Amino acid sequence: MLCEKCHKRQATVHLTKILNNKKTEIHLCDQCAKQNEAVAFDTSFSINNFLASILDSIQDSPIKVDYVKATKCDYCGMTYGKFKQLGRLGCSKCYNAFEEKLNTLIKRIQGSESHIGKIPKRAGGSLRIKNEIKELKIKLNDAVRNEAYEEAAVLRDKIKDLEKNIKE
Amino acid sequence: MTKWMQESGPDNDIIISSRIRLARNVEDFPFPVALTKGKSKEVAKVVSDAILQGKSTLRNDFELITLEEVSQLERQVLVEKHLISPTLATNYEKGAALLNKDESVSIMINEEDHIRIQCLLPGFQLDEAWDIANKIDDVIEEEVKYAFDENLGYLTSCPTNVGTGIRASVMIHLPALTMTGYINRILQAASQIGLAVRGIYGEGTEFAGNLFQISNQLTLGRNEKDIIGNLKDVTRQIIQKERDARSTLLSNNGIQLKDRVYRAFGILCNARILSSQECMKLLSDVRLGIDVGLLEDINIDNVNEIMVMTQPAYLQKIAGKALSSNERDIRRASLVREKLGK
Repeated sequence: MLCEKCHKRQATVHLTKILNNKKTEIHLCDQCAKQNEAVAFDTSFSINNFLASILDSIQDSPIKVDYVKATKCDYCGMTYGKFKQLGRLGCSKCYNAFEEKLNTLIKRIQGSESHIGKIPKRAGGSLRIKNEIKELKIKLNDAVRNEAYEEAAVLRDKIKDLEKNIKE
Repeated sequence: MTKWMQESGPDNDIIISSRIRLARNVEDFPFPVALTKGKSKEVAKVVSDAILQGKSTLRNDFELITLEEVSQLERQVLVEKHLISPTLATNYEKGAALLNKDESVSIMINEEDHIRIQCLLPGFQLDEAWDIANKIDDVIEEEVKYAFDENLGYLTSCPTNVGTGIRASVMIHLPALTMTGYINRILQAASQIGLAVRGIYGEGTEFAGNLFQISNQLTLGRNEKDIIGNLKDVTRQIIQKERDARSTLLSNNGIQLKDRVYRAFGILCNARILSSQECMKLLSDVRLGIDVGLLEDINIDNVNEIMVMTQPAYLQKIAGKALSSNERDIRRASLVREKLGK
């Protein structure tokens, strides 16, 4: 295919643009492409656009796209469509409202889904205790394996106390 | 007084400053993007009260700046000193900042997140910066309930910060690696192991004066110590590479390097008109000259200070009035001559 502009050189840049449901195709050679503004990339590359494009590429969710777009956070009113546009969530409850799609996105950009860093004393209260129980249980198993029954009894009581704390 | 500009730190021949930033949000308030002006004032009050009315001794050290109440120029100066982000300066109607006396800590309020605790220290001091930021985080948390999730950690406005909410970064001067063209391989390698490299004023800016900012990209699934440790290890390797490149340049191309450094110094001492870009480039060469021992009479902290003082808003603040671009270039040249004692 020859370049649409100079009609001399081979077209190497093929651009399909869809605007208001109208599709246009442009075929240009390297040199003409450099001078054509329509070919110049949308230069405002930002983390928001980047997130939006990742969101678009996530197709493995069982939820239909149209439904997801309409999903709204009850607390702040942010819609999933708006989040896609802004790249920013409206409030902490959006994490629940958009959970299904968002967790896939988070796993994709962060490579992980679980926090293992600092835990705040107030907000993370029960989590701190749960983590402590987990560690104590490992110690308890070790103690039992080593037949250190006195130590095991102390550990068992500690775990019971902590478990009571969570329930309260 | 701005600590990172005026004091020396470890490895300051290469590392200009180290920064830790923690993103936090107050539970039960929408994030700043969805926050009304009225609500944003409430958030600002809750956060500033936690520091200024709290039990900790920090209250005597911090001052609250309501961005709407200071001039556009003042806000720009805060950006040039890296105490607030350009985003916060733009959204000044909702924003505030708490600054401590030596300006090593700034707590941005209603930037992208409700709270962004930033600790900025001179030289290579990531652990020290983390200790300070972490303590301030604890103090705020005594009064404020954070938005936190058992699985996802600290909930942030952008999912790229969720988890620890930590961004650790170093501002690093790499003239020899840039000159030798080795820099591109370093940048590539850094990005492959989860680090981002940017220009010094953050996202989307160019590399001015061979200054780069290297930071962690991932915030979830690793703890703060590991994130900082990873950045430290890589930075240490880059420091070594830059030192090697400097000594290679000095021994193989000594005369060219000397020529470049002395020319830069000559222009800075004599120019009557200096654009911001030319000034940064020449200061970078002079900084290199000092580091490799070619220029002995100038102090490196002096150069750091000039780098900030010659920025557009800072120049206008010193002048006490708005200046045209041409007027700034003239004042910039004269300030540099004065600071270099010529």
